[in-house]
Amino acid sequence: MSGELNYLLQLFVSGLSVGSVYAVIGIGFVVIYKATKILNFAHGEILMIAAYFCLVLIESLHVHFLIAFFLTLALCAVIGLMVERFIFRPMIGEPVFAVVMITLGLSIILRPLTGMVFGFGNVMFPSPFPQKPIVFSNVVISYAHLWTFIISCAVMAIFFLFFKYSKMGIAMRAAADRQIVAFLMGVNVKKIFSLSWAIAAATAGIAGILLANVMVMNLNLSFVAVKVFPAIILGGLDSIVGALIGGLIIGVFETLVGGYLDLYLSGIKEISAYILLFIILIIRPYGLFGTEEIERV
Amino acid sequence: MLRSKTFIETYQEDLSLFRTVWIKFWMAILLVGIILFPFMVGRYTLYTINLAGIYIIGAIGLNILTGYTGQISIGHAAFIAIGSYATTILGVRTALPFYVIIPLSGIIATLIGVLVGLPCLRLKGLYLAMATMSFGIIVQYVLFQWEGLTHGALGMAAPAITFLGFNVDSDRKFYFLIAVIVFLLGFAAKNMMRMKIGRAFVAIRDRDIAADVIGVDLTRYKVMAFGISSFYAGVSGSLFAYYTTHVNPEYFTIFLSVEYLAMIIVGGLGSILGSILGALFIGVVPEWLRIFFGFLNNTFHLSGLVFTQQLKVITYGVLIILFLIFESGGLFAIWQRMKTSFKSWPFTY
Repeated sequence: MSGELNYLLQLFVSGLSVGSVYAVIGIGFVVIYKATKILNFAHGEILMIAAYFCLVLIESLHVHFLIAFFLTLALCAVIGLMVERFIFRPMIGEPVFAVVMITLGLSIILRPLTGMVFGFGNVMFPSPFPQKPIVFSNVVISYAHLWTFIISCAVMAIFFLFFKYSKMGIAMRAAADRQIVAFLMGVNVKKIFSLSWAIAAATAGIAGILLANVMVMNLNLSFVAVKVFPAIILGGLDSIVGALIGGLIIGVFETLVGGYLDLYLSGIKEISAYILLFIILIIRPYGLFGTEEIERV
Repeated sequence: MLRSKTFIETYQEDLSLFRTVWIKFWMAILLVGIILFPFMVGRYTLYTINLAGIYIIGAIGLNILTGYTGQISIGHAAFIAIGSYATTILGVRTALPFYVIIPLSGIIATLIGVLVGLPCLRLKGLYLAMATMSFGIIVQYVLFQWEGLTHGALGMAAPAITFLGFNVDSDRKFYFLIAVIVFLLGFAAKNMMRMKIGRAFVAIRDRDIAADVIGVDLTRYKVMAFGISSFYAGVSGSLFAYYTTHVNPEYFTIFLSVEYLAMIIVGGLGSILGSILGALFIGVVPEWLRIFFGFLNNTFHLSGLVFTQQLKVITYGVLIILFLIFESGGLFAIWQRMKTSFKSWPFTY
């Protein structure tokens, strides 16, 4: 294989791995948005708290990685439930602006709080995966990236099955579609709201732990969620499939831009996704798979 | 003296900004107070108030876009940054006087605001929030990376202001400069919002389709809202550069945008007086808390209790949430209630 093609393939593979995490984060946004029409700006902070919590469990309490992983998910779900119950349930029926601003306020509270509890510096996450990378016909991939991809795919598969076949998943789709009708059909809409927040927070937890394995861990971890905005806009705010594909596209796009353009414009990788977001918004504001809002007068 | 109901008899009276003798009287008192203020307080207080004055201009701008027109912007810091850098670069590279540079910085911010506003026309609500947030991140990146123009992370020293031979360098001189500009722009905004433009903005906020039906040109007025808002932000940024004498991209983060949102939420959305109250409140509260923490330290000998930047950010977040849940009209609504109950005392209404 020629070096040029090899490089491209290498970038593509690591892009897919990053993109799969974006997809998992995106699912969290979409689940909340579909159920409650709220865009949760504090999603990144939940993700960050999850990573730090998992780190403390492993480093200080010497819990096995797998147990720590599931404990973290449980904690995230509880955080999600509490946030929904005490902050957002009283806000049902309030204007979107107010609710979104509250998530924004929550996010700027949680960031420094996390720093004050866990420290502001960089820390290393004790990765459970072997350090030695796998070499697969000249394409190098680390175990952390590979597992990130596998776990993300598993999460997506579980979500697909959950929404397609389980009673709860179907109820959630019904509530997202027509809240009042679903309520009249006997769906407990309040329970759906709580469940949505819990699920979204748990996916944030998964994403946080996965990211901690492949990134330097500090408070900037929460900004990864901001990077997922282009992904969910590309996919459409209210489409889970869209979040998946959008996440993968943004991940690959960002890595390719980083790989080819970084020499000329340093740091372009960091904002390439936002530039893409602007372009998408101009061409298709409702995304690839989102429902186009048609307003007739 | 008990004030009875005001009867408006001529059209002229109906148009006037200050309708009664009493309002004119209180305004005169306020004016005298504003003029005497810098001679009565210490340097540090004046510094805080000056910064709050600069915040007021930016907050009015954001309130016009977000409070009046209903377009959520999480990228206000970007326009303030553009104003600051425009001032610094123009001041360093040209010999233009400050009274040209300040409006020019505003106009540069306006042009970029209109450019951003155009693609954002099709966006509403959350999508717009995400787009403006992305714009803020992109601008900060450009400021960091375009070293030929902005000197990157090192920042740039802003020029000093000279006016008719004397330097505007002390806090007191800056106070009067800022006060004059706040007065001019506040007055302009107050009048604009009473005019056709303001009414069109409010119509777009309340129901954009209905506004379109009754003949409000959505494209024109939305772009106009972006432009006016950016102009105010640019002027605010320009004054900020002059006053702090140094600009650095690190200051213009998304937190600055959130800080401005906090100002208009705390002050009151869709109200000029609200922007002023909110900006003063957000500007002054951290200082109060710093003093309060210092007091606690001295009284109870708690060495670890320091009011840090982190606590300041947390305070803003808490203020946003508390005001949105308990008093969505902001300080302006509280002020209105106080005024009404005072006016109609001893009756309840």
